[in-house]
Amino acid sequence: MSVDKETVTKIASLARIAISDDEANALVPELNNILGWVDQLGEVDVSGVEPMTAVIPNELRMREDIINADPLTGGGVRDKILANAPDAEDGFFAVPKVIE
Amino acid sequence: MTDITELGIAAIRDGVASGDFTAVEVAEAFNANVAAASALNAFIVETPEIAISMAKAVDDDRAAGKDLGKMAGVPIGMKDLFCTDGTQTTAASNILGGFIPQYESTVSANLWKAGAGMLGKLNLDQFAMGSSNETSAFGNVISPWRIGGGNNAPLAPGGSSGGSSTAVSARLCPAATGTDTGGSIRQPAAFTGITGIKPTYGRCSRWGVVAFASSLDQAGPMAHDVRDCAIMLESMAGFDPKDTTSLDLPVPNWQAALNSDLKGKKVGVPREYRMEGTDQDILDSWDQGIAWLKDAGAEIVDISLPHTKYALPAYYIIAPAEASSNLSRYDGVRYGMREVPEGANLQDMYAATRSAGFGAEVKRRIMIGTYVLSAGFYDAYYTQAQKVRTLISQDFKAAFQQCDVILAPTTPTASFPLNDKNKDPLSMYLNDVFAVPASMAGLPAMSVPCGLNKDGLPLGLQIIGNMLDEQSVLNAGLAIEERAGFTARPDKWW
Repeated sequence: MSVDKETVTKIASLARIAISDDEANALVPELNNILGWVDQLGEVDVSGVEPMTAVIPNELRMREDIINADPLTGGGVRDKILANAPDAEDGFFAVPKVIE
Repeated sequence: MTDITELGIAAIRDGVASGDFTAVEVAEAFNANVAAASALNAFIVETPEIAISMAKAVDDDRAAGKDLGKMAGVPIGMKDLFCTDGTQTTAASNILGGFIPQYESTVSANLWKAGAGMLGKLNLDQFAMGSSNETSAFGNVISPWRIGGGNNAPLAPGGSSGGSSTAVSARLCPAATGTDTGGSIRQPAAFTGITGIKPTYGRCSRWGVVAFASSLDQAGPMAHDVRDCAIMLESMAGFDPKDTTSLDLPVPNWQAALNSDLKGKKVGVPREYRMEGTDQDILDSWDQGIAWLKDAGAEIVDISLPHTKYALPAYYIIAPAEASSNLSRYDGVRYGMREVPEGANLQDMYAATRSAGFGAEVKRRIMIGTYVLSAGFYDAYYTQAQKVRTLISQDFKAAFQQCDVILAPTTPTASFPLNDKNKDPLSMYLNDVFAVPASMAGLPAMSVPCGLNKDGLPLGLQIIGNMLDEQSVLNAGLAIEERAGFTARPDKWW
């Protein structure tokens, strides 16, 4: 399978990465080179094989239903959460206008 | 007195404990080496004051007669992928420029608890995506090694843990943390003549480590020898309820159980690893390694890992797919960079921020990941790669019915000059061809230096072990280390 410029532009849009026309043109052969190489996976007979989702069978644990049992992942740390925000106002993340 | 910076973890810890020198003296000595090595560009942030204050705490504990930790008084370098409370953490990307974590990663917290100190944050490939440390937003890391004979071309320290490999090899720190998604500990260790181990997936908590590909990412130590790696891995590993894939198992005392007598052990040699494009020097070193392990008492068995050649292409679907999902968090809202073009709405801001903040290789992998996960292609690429991953894992399971550990080269080549491969992503990816299969199966694997090639550059041998059997990996590594007698080191030019 291969991608054309239109597809590259669409992927970039899905990935929320702004790319210029020149960048899109440059990405077409780069991505096709890589995709052409991974196409060899198609020759592997995988009939009856389950896809691997975890290398070690690990049961998902439930934590005790206690608030702030581990303060590192608990609540009440608004200022810490906002400490690295590019723009924070009145205890909230601030973003450009969403609704016209 | 010996130069403290020549010492490794065990010697420094023992020297501090017995009072041969103080932890502060150790920190000062390494701080001086770090400060004098800016030409190598191994560090993104240097933290000499933190190193001194952590060392002072160890000296105070010793004076007060308190028990000292496994790494008490040992200052280390921290790969800049581990969040460190109050110290900038960037993953070598502009998109995390100026990010100051408000919490400490579990692995780094474990190391500090064991008495280690921090010399600084080490450079790496951006988001750990690369094999030569040429994708960092903070510039290339330069290997301390040179071909010599007047050839001063800067060489790749390997990647993604290139700052770690350079810093340990050049003795800017006695040990450093690394992370390994598809070879990022082993390949740089091999390139710079040091030792590094990636433990079984789940041994080291991923909490607080900037995520690349979560089903593959695993932290591990990079140090001068096998014993130091065992000590440091014990200090890093352990169950962490904050990571859903953390193994709820006790951490073995690997260091105490080290034993290079391999009588009764079987070493598998996978025939599919004899690949075209591998340097003759590498193949020779592999034969030498086989002879060494025989000498250590092991029986050599021929094994087959039939899906080896598909591991790398499957990795380059799975890792970018996971990366495209993990890296969607960088949106210019909560932390890091924000780009807002004039009149931009929220969607424009996301796209502009990510365009300005991510490097070319990171964008490339996000794009591939987005494509293989997109509607219509998901089954053909992603599900197929996951099924191939199952087959790779089954290959290893079958092989470990016949042997205890597997011996292979770490890399198909020695270190290469910077700019040699970065124009062609695929040729760069192929440098991890021997490292990726063990990552795909979540197995412990280590690289041990075994000698020099014809250009005088270090080569590494790789030992892959069965699930949870780091001990056999370390033991075989020790058997090689004892026989290789690797003492070569780069001439100081920086």
